[in-house]
Order: sequence, then structure tokens, then C-alpha cells
Amino acid sequence: MRTTISADKLARQFDGVTAVDEIDLDIQQGEIYGFLGPNGAGKSTTVRMLCTLLAPTSGRAVVGGHDVATHPGQVRLAIGVALQEAALDPKQTGVELLRLQGRLYGLSRAEIDQRLADLATLVDIGDALNRRIATYSGGMKRRLDLAAALVHNPEVLFLDEPTTGLDPVSRARVWEEVRRLNRELDMTIFLTTQYLEEADELADRVGIINEGKLVAEGTPFELKRRIGNDVIFARLDGDASGACPMVEAVAGVAGVEPQGNELVITAAEGTAVIGPVAVALNNCGIPVRDLTLRTPTLDDVFLELTGQPAEEDAPAPTPAVVEAA
Amino acid sequence: MTTATITPARGWSWAGPKRALTDSLVLTGRNLRHFQRQPQLIIFSTIQPVMFVLLFSYVFGGAVEGALPEGVSYVDFLLPGILVQSVAFRSSQTAVGLSQDLERGVIDRFRSMPMSRSAVLVGRTLADLVRNIFVLVLMIAVGYVVGFRFAQGPLDAVASIAVVTLFGLALSWIFAFVALTVKGAEAAQSAGFVVLFPLVFASSIFVPTESMPAWLQAFADVSPVTATADAARALAIGGDLGEPLLLTLIWVVGLLAIFVPLCAWRYRRLT
Repeated sequence: MRTTISADKLARQFDGVTAVDEIDLDIQQGEIYGFLGPNGAGKSTTVRMLCTLLAPTSGRAVVGGHDVATHPGQVRLAIGVALQEAALDPKQTGVELLRLQGRLYGLSRAEIDQRLADLATLVDIGDALNRRIATYSGGMKRRLDLAAALVHNPEVLFLDEPTTGLDPVSRARVWEEVRRLNRELDMTIFLTTQYLEEADELADRVGIINEGKLVAEGTPFELKRRIGNDVIFARLDGDASGACPMVEAVAGVAGVEPQGNELVITAAEGTAVIGPVAVALNNCGIPVRDLTLRTPTLDDVFLELTGQPAEEDAPAPTPAVVEAA
Repeated sequence: MTTATITPARGWSWAGPKRALTDSLVLTGRNLRHFQRQPQLIIFSTIQPVMFVLLFSYVFGGAVEGALPEGVSYVDFLLPGILVQSVAFRSSQTAVGLSQDLERGVIDRFRSMPMSRSAVLVGRTLADLVRNIFVLVLMIAVGYVVGFRFAQGPLDAVASIAVVTLFGLALSWIFAFVALTVKGAEAAQSAGFVVLFPLVFASSIFVPTESMPAWLQAFADVSPVTATADAARALAIGGDLGEPLLLTLIWVVGLLAIFVPLCAWRYRRLT
């Protein structure tokens, strides 16, 4: 393993206002790193500095082995960039864009033909490539943008909010492409997102940025753990308080609280205790209507760390539901 | 899906004049294709100058002819001038094209790539230059239909077009600077019109400056538009060439010497 993206006290001010405040990053080759934060937290500013589009006010960043401030040309060779709001010219066809990219990266015509063939297998655009971009759907534009960023086979891929504004099906397809690039090419991927679900789905590690500061970092699992226990909700037929002692006796259960005909059971490892809890409830003879396990989501982490809920259009977390026996 | 065949694109050195030239030409091609794909833009940007040729020569021809030197017809006088008018008005299109690319994030994409820094601006102004030549040739063809003739031979005719084109190039760089400084394509275009309109009309494009009030004539005589129109006219139908040509070249070189570095500076400072 080696470090592909590193930042050391990286900071940027705009007219005296701090947008990014001394961020440290250490991202390994082959990692998918999710950079999460509310609007205006400094996500895009950080990406623009790492992509050589914006000079840092202070601090240092090294991408693909080169300093972004002193060797931007080398960094640009190593990175592929798909920025927010796909930067596409509606008058071009997809193929023309990819060829243009290839020529500007200094590829020969033969190399470009080769790459176009490769990209067709990597990014699923199909025969739309020969049509004008104006006719593309939002999802197709994102995939073309992705392909354009891959023309020179970069070591590191930067995706700034790759699925913002896409419908769920298109979003899932973009996720699939990202996973495939990471898996098959061992490509390091740095992606910003405001969707917690996206970070949870894709990222090996997540960094949460708020008001310019990196407030938490870790695997999605670690971050969720940090927030606390899993919760099991048991809806019973009748008064729930009678079942309390039996459930409390189950190994691994941290607490039980009756609320009307519902039991709220907390546990460090919800998946490990939900089975025994079901058995215990069955043994006390009170019929169970349903049993729901809710693990902390990145939503909870996000809320706790930034003091604000994730974007309203973010998909609701889906709790794992176990049907009562 | 196999990915074993991918060849990493490494190994050329960044920058260098050859690279700059190739990148500029690649982008010129891209920008020209863009024009080609906007039929309505091509139609209007060619109809308008053609309309000017026809309207001015027929509407004002009779009235102005008396003020012209002996034996010079108005269409011969007008056409070289109206070529200058057409490149002047079209120069704001440089700002429009560049602003669009900036707003769409196309320029951000280019800036994140290891290409020549100068290519984006050179490619834009070169494409506008090629488009200018296309429109000029079309206007001249229409001029031939209504009686205009080059009187000084083919070389001078080409030189006449070249002078106008060079002036257009200098104006393009001014508008590139406007686009890099002012946000928004429409703002850039209307700002341009406010400046260009008086410059174009207070010049020798449509009428000899001698017929203007003294203060206006003083202004018109030093205007780069007058210099270019006079030089293009002298090359087209004869007359005093030396001074207007020299003045035009001084203006063109001067404007480029100021605005090319200014544009480069603004481009470097894009965030």
C-alpha cells in the first residue's frame, strides 16, 4: 500500500474567509474515499485544490506522487476529474468529446481508437456515443463525463457529487461503474457527496467535513459504531412490560424500555442478539407483531457531528426488518 | 470485462511550443465544429452583414455618392468599410463563446488536464478568425453581385481581407479579456455593443470623415476603425495606403501586446 493522496494542513481562504481549514488527508492506493459534508462545508474547494484548479492558501497536497502547487502538470497527468454538473458541450457527440480529450492528453490516433474500445467496456454508454450530447439523459451525461475523465487511464479519479440530481436507477448504475473501476483497475477514487447512502455504499473510508474542518474519519462501520448502540423495536400483542425481565436476561442486551405495547431494546451488536430476543419473547408467550433492527446510519453520525441533518432529498435509511416468527 | 489492454498514456513532457500549437489547433477545430452545429447562428451572422451591404448601398448610395471622390461608386467605397463593421460587431462573439465554456465548466475540465495553458484562448480567437474569413468572403461575393469590384489585383485583395481579419483578431482578444473579467455571456455582449456601436459609426466605414463636424472628425480620424477601413479600402480600390496601414498595424500590435498578457494573467488566476 502506498499513499496516493495526502494533504498536510491544507487550507484555503477566500477574501479572508476560511473555506478549508488545515485539513490532513492520507488516502491509500486503491481506496474509495468518500468526502461527506453539508453544502458549503468546503468539499468542492478541497477537490479543486487537489485537482490543481485552485491554489492552496497554505499547507501542502501531494497527489499521485507530485505536489499540486509545484508540479501541477505531473498531477494533471495522474488524475481524472469529473466535476459537479457534468461539464459537457451539448453540441458535441460523445465520441467527439472522448477523442478531443484523448488528443489533449497527447494520445495518438491509434491510441485513442484503442482507448475508445476499452472505455466502451468500462463505461456503459452503448450506441449513444455517436449522438449529440444534447440528447442524453442525466445519467448518460454522468457516465460520459466519467468516461472522459478516464481517457488517459488515470491513477486517481476525482468525482465531485457524481450522482446529484440523478434518479435512483441512474444513481445505482453510476455506483456500479465506480465500483468496477476500483475493483478492476485498482483505481484510487476520491468522491464528494451529500448523500450518506452513497458514502455508505461505495466508500472504504469516509471523511466528514464541516465548516472547513475534517471532523471525523473512518470506515462507515467505525463511524456508526462511534455513535452508539443498535436498537431493536419489538411490537407486541398486549402489554410489553411483562416481557421485560425475560428480554433483559438475554446476553448482549444493554437495556430494555417498554413503551406501551412496544419494547425498545438497545444492544451493541443488534444482529447478534435479535435472534435470542425473538426466542425469549416467544418463551414468555406474548405474541410478537413485528421485530425491527435499526443500526445507526451515517445520518446519525452526520447529524451528531455537523448539527444538521443531511440534505432533504437524501434517501431515507432503510432499517432491516425481521419478520416475527 | 477485461482491462488488460489498457495502455497508460504517460511519457510526453508538459508544455513546450509544439504542444501549445497542437493543443491550440485541436481546440480551434472543436470551436469551429461548434459554429457549424449552430445553423441559426451561421445564418444570422451571415445574413446580417449581407443585409448591411444591400441596405447601405441602395439606401444611402445616392445621397452619399456626391461626397465621394470623383469616379468612386458608393458600393466600392462601402464594401471594404462594411467588412470592418462586420468583424467589429462579431468580435463580441469571442466573449460569448468563452463565457459559455466558463459557465459550463468546460474550461475547468481543460484546466485539470495537462495541456498547454495558452491553447484555450488561442483556440478560441483562432476559430473566431477563421469564421471571420468565411463571413468576409461571403460578403464580398454578395458585393460582387451588386457591383463591387477589387481594382488593385488579387494580391491586394487578399491583403485587404488580411488587414480586416487582423483587426478582428485584436478585438477578439479584448473580448476574451472581457469574458475572463465579467461574469456572464450576455453582460459581455451588451458591454461590447455599447463600446463598438459609436466606434463603428464615428468612423470612415459608411461616409468620408470630412463630412462630419470637426470634433467628431478629430475623433474618427484617430480611431482604429477608420484606420482599418481606410487601409482595407486603399488595398481594395486604390488610394492613400501608407498611413492608414501603418496606423492599423500599430493599433493591432498595440492591442495584442496589451490584451494577450492581460488574458494570460486572468486565465492563470481563474479559480
